[in-house]
Amino acid sequence: MITQSLTVSAAVAIAERRSGRVDAGVRAGRARTLMLRNALALRTNNALSFLTGFVEPVIFLLAFGYGVGALVGTITYGGMTLPYAVYVAPALLAVSAMNGAIFDSTFNVFFKMHYLRIYQAITSTSLGPLDVALGEIGWAMLRGAMYAAGFLTVVTLLGLTTSWWALALVPAAMLIAFAFASVGMAVTSYMSTFHQLNWMQFVLLPLFMFSGTFFPITAYPEWLQVVVAATPLWQAIALTRGLFLGVLEPALLIPVAYFAVMAAIGLIVTTRRLDRLFLR
Amino acid sequence: MIRARALTKAYSRAASAKRAERRPSEDTSAKRAERRPSEVSTGSDGGRTLLAVDGIDLDVAAGESFGILGANGAGKSTTMRMIGATLQRTSGELTILGRDPAHEGPVIRAHLGVVPQQDTLDTELTVRENLLTYGRYFGLPRTALVPRIEELLDFAQLQDKRDEKVEALSGGMKRRLTIARGLVNDPSLLLLDEPTTGLDPQARHILWDRLYQLRETGVTLVLTTHYMDEAEQLCERLVIMDAGRIVAEGAPADLIRTYSSREVVEVRFGTNRNSEVLPHLHGIGDRIEELPDRLLVYTDTGESDLQEIVARGFMPVTALVRRASLEDVFLRLTGRSLVDG
Ligand SMILES: Nc1ncnc2c1ncn2[C@@H]1O[C@H](COP(=O)(O)OP(=O)(O)OP(=O)(O)O)[C@@H](O)[C@H]1O
Ligand SMILES: [Mg+2]
Repeated sequence: MITQSLTVSAAVAIAERRSGRVDAGVRAGRARTLMLRNALALRTNNALSFLTGFVEPVIFLLAFGYGVGALVGTITYGGMTLPYAVYVAPALLAVSAMNGAIFDSTFNVFFKMHYLRIYQAITSTSLGPLDVALGEIGWAMLRGAMYAAGFLTVVTLLGLTTSWWALALVPAAMLIAFAFASVGMAVTSYMSTFHQLNWMQFVLLPLFMFSGTFFPITAYPEWLQVVVAATPLWQAIALTRGLFLGVLEPALLIPVAYFAVMAAIGLIVTTRRLDRLFLR
Repeated sequence: MIRARALTKAYSRAASAKRAERRPSEDTSAKRAERRPSEVSTGSDGGRTLLAVDGIDLDVAAGESFGILGANGAGKSTTMRMIGATLQRTSGELTILGRDPAHEGPVIRAHLGVVPQQDTLDTELTVRENLLTYGRYFGLPRTALVPRIEELLDFAQLQDKRDEKVEALSGGMKRRLTIARGLVNDPSLLLLDEPTTGLDPQARHILWDRLYQLRETGVTLVLTTHYMDEAEQLCERLVIMDAGRIVAEGAPADLIRTYSSREVVEVRFGTNRNSEVLPHLHGIGDRIEELPDRLLVYTDTGESDLQEIVARGFMPVTALVRRASLEDVFLRLTGRSLVDG
């Protein structure tokens, strides 16, 4: 039996409470309910693909940090002489945050958008497009941050961590992951086939190789250094490396601001696109 | 509850998409071709705009149960989605519960229970989790949802499937789950787009019964259907849409009285003979409609008209005298039967 109250339903009361706000048309403030959905769906997802995100940076650390590191010896960075593994480790942490966030906000979001078609159902509830964007980006951020935290643990167990500031890498990884995820989701919303998503790899691979991950960008000509310094992964690595080494400078605020802007642009575009695709 | 004035939805479509979407009834007769939704050329890119909903007026009062009938492509789902605040109108006025869906979508949708034409269940989740997460999207706390979900599982008769994945359900079960999901937030306005398509007769009757009960508690129903019996059972008032426009409006009984005779004689003479016989039946009944497989004679005196047909020397293969129904109204107004679109 269905009991029906003649009084205002709870769902309406909840929605009414927010109805005066400026963002009431696009946001109900319940992005977490979508994250809860994703947590429930985790069971069905491929556990293996989830695990690779943890393993990948460790493999790179072992191969490069110790393998190549044995040949390279030490590296000079910002006036410090560092074992090569210490130089590479924070960069790989930034990479793992980026990869986790990108994977979730591109392939997984694309799958939900075009195959599972869950956004049609979600947008017919009192959630708005900004809730959906925040929920998915927040979820992708969690994934990136989890990989980063796992990697940080491994690095610490290997005895590479020297500063307590390394703990700040967790919130830093969250910021990096959030920014990458919000741009990732924005880009994905324009894609119509899985094939197009593969093009993203063409962007990510050079980012990974040449953003000061494995060698300082001072190896490049001046003009190229400027270009590389403008890329998001270089900014991420500047932030993680600074914190990992405990070198706190005001310059670290540049990547923070960079990612705040990147996140905001990604969020705005994603929200517009979701609105366009599911609510127009 | 709902007020629409000159409500219009135009879909832009690329020149290539147009060809793929040719409708089956397009070339059968000039009369039918005329009734396709209007297309308007726009701009330089050769793209065209299709007026899926073409300036309709609607008023639905609180507590009413209101139906939208129309052949495939008439614009029913488009109208439902505009009312559901998930599709924005191109022009005209629309207020749902006194609010404009263009600006207050989330609040409006909190009032609504939506059963879309196509199931949009979350196939990564179980039956119960579908109800739970959907309720959570509305902000309902888990403590309130747990007992509510039990009621809904009973309602949908899915208790024994509660922990199954949605993929493991039959089509009709999925439909029932979608309907149950639409009720999770205690909606005051329930939008049902072909709710019983895919349900077996028993499940249909059970659903009708539940919808009656909801109506008694004051819930407003808006539904589309291709089943005339369903429309006659459930709708106090309905509109018939054709090619994006409303062509008739009223209570089912009034519509039948206005647009049809009391009785209908259905006679079949075999596929090729129907049109041969037709000219010889002149003068029988008020009006005769020719369908591909039968002739329909509209009349107030069915039995004697049937005798007259036989007396003129035409022995039908099958013959039936019945009361006029909404189906006949529909045929009269749109020139096609509801089912074949
Ligand atoms: N997203 C869309 N983009 C472009 N055209 C569309 C879109 N959705 C519907 N249409 C067109 O709008 C018209 C009305 O479609 P609608 O789905 O509202 O019809 P309907 O009355 O619900 O039909 P049915 O009985 O088949 O469900 C059709 O001509 C259809 O091709
Ligand atoms: Mg439809």
